[in-house]
Amino acid sequence: MQTKVSENRGQALKPTPETRPFWEAAKRRELQIQQCHECGAHYFYPRPMCPYCLSRNVAWVTCSGRGRLHTFVINYRPPRHYASDSPYVIGIVELEEGPRLMTNIVGVAPDPKALRCDMPVEVVFEDIDENFALPKFRPIP
Amino acid sequence: MTRSDRSQLRGAVAIVGAGESDWVGRLPNKSALTLHMEAAHNALADAGLRKEDVDAVFTAGRNMANEVPEYLGIRPRYVDGTQMGGCSFLAHVEHALAGIVAGLFDVALITHGESGYSRVGMPATRWGDDSNNAQFELIYGYAGPTTGYGLVATRHMHVYGTTKEQMAEVAVATRKWAALNPRAFLRDPITIDDVLSSRLIAWPFNLLDCCLVTDGGAAIVVTSAERAKDLPQKPVYVLGTGEAVSHQMVSQMPNFDRWDAAMISGTQAFSMAGIKHEDIDVCELYDAFTIVPILALEALGFCKPGEGGPFVSGQRTAPGGDFPMNTNGGGLSYTHTGMYGMFAIVEAVRQLRGECGPRQVPQAQIALCHGTGGTWSSAATLILATEIP
Repeated sequence: MQTKVSENRGQALKPTPETRPFWEAAKRRELQIQQCHECGAHYFYPRPMCPYCLSRNVAWVTCSGRGRLHTFVINYRPPRHYASDSPYVIGIVELEEGPRLMTNIVGVAPDPKALRCDMPVEVVFEDIDENFALPKFRPIP
Repeated sequence: MTRSDRSQLRGAVAIVGAGESDWVGRLPNKSALTLHMEAAHNALADAGLRKEDVDAVFTAGRNMANEVPEYLGIRPRYVDGTQMGGCSFLAHVEHALAGIVAGLFDVALITHGESGYSRVGMPATRWGDDSNNAQFELIYGYAGPTTGYGLVATRHMHVYGTTKEQMAEVAVATRKWAALNPRAFLRDPITIDDVLSSRLIAWPFNLLDCCLVTDGGAAIVVTSAERAKDLPQKPVYVLGTGEAVSHQMVSQMPNFDRWDAAMISGTQAFSMAGIKHEDIDVCELYDAFTIVPILALEALGFCKPGEGGPFVSGQRTAPGGDFPMNTNGGGLSYTHTGMYGMFAIVEAVRQLRGECGPRQVPQAQIALCHGTGGTWSSAATLILATEIP
């Protein structure tokens, strides 16, 4: 599976064997990360061994989908061929389980007055083509 | 020597030559390799050495460890192509130090050339569709440094109350230094209001918070302190070095309100140099964005965490201020080819030799250079001096 450039806002996306379960879960509307059964740590992005203790004893877990907006920028200059309306919000969300990930913050004005570090957010999935759904986050009212 | 005791390496090597491409700025008629060549030629001439004297070549960039020696007609017996972004060349100085002390080679040429604006003879830089960067960052319209560096600025503003006005102070002060440098790309004075009212690139950054995009090259020559005594230039001794990497993708940055890699590189450099912060006469801190020197000042210990904004206020880093910083005009106003680090080293060398004319910091004897690489990903620090204390 691989998206085409024209359908995916300029950035083609092609999973590796290590990351495919994440994208398959997202397609099912589940946000999945990995947890180490040796040291207990949750981690993201997908890897076959725990980046904290290098144990191979790791498993996929489904997240609550809730977290906090750790930090953000409001981008006025999209990359070439990225066909989003600008400005748009690029955020780093800290999941309840601990790991952080990059995402877009949606359902809120792209305005520093409407956004605040540490505000609670929850995952929403946005279909980008027939193969992929992208986890994004919106403020929890 | 124990792992923590770097002090025996203090002053073991010296920078004996420094040069830049004939001009820096917009150079549509020169390829990246020609910019390397001009810089290397000028640095060797400055050192009073011939290319036959060079037995180690250090450079950063895809394939550059093969391409640069070929283009320059040098057959080195030691090569280092370490690529950790714009601070690579500062790390190369540490690597050259290690090799020279170990007796693996005598004369290291460290070169940089980049057609960052005109893109002449540049390797492709696109991430693969199956890279982690594509899957977990670029898919969200992540636009590289203008967005990644800002994530730290926003968090720093939230945690410590750092303001956009304080960030603008850096741009205004740096432009004042550029006005004193005839080679600088932008020399007209600017105000804090000019910075705040320039167009938004990626909030919290306006245009004048962002570095230039230019073409240029720079190079230095490093050899043992002993050999340096026989060469024409006043040696610039390497007192302290440090380097560190903490992540590649900015989303993996361990802490967004501090610069971990710089804390590590700075600690290494200061412990090796055996000097205090107040001994440093001039700082060249890679300013990819106005927030970067603010975080560097905190990470390197010039001020406490969160105090970087107040530290740069009141034009303290401008000409005439008590903390001369980025005296060539920096990446913000002098030149920024993409990997600026080498220009920070060259300016420090020139300040320590007293060659800087109207922008000379009086009696500059100890300089600190510090660079960033990637997106706060790596850091390298050098402490340079006219004498070994």
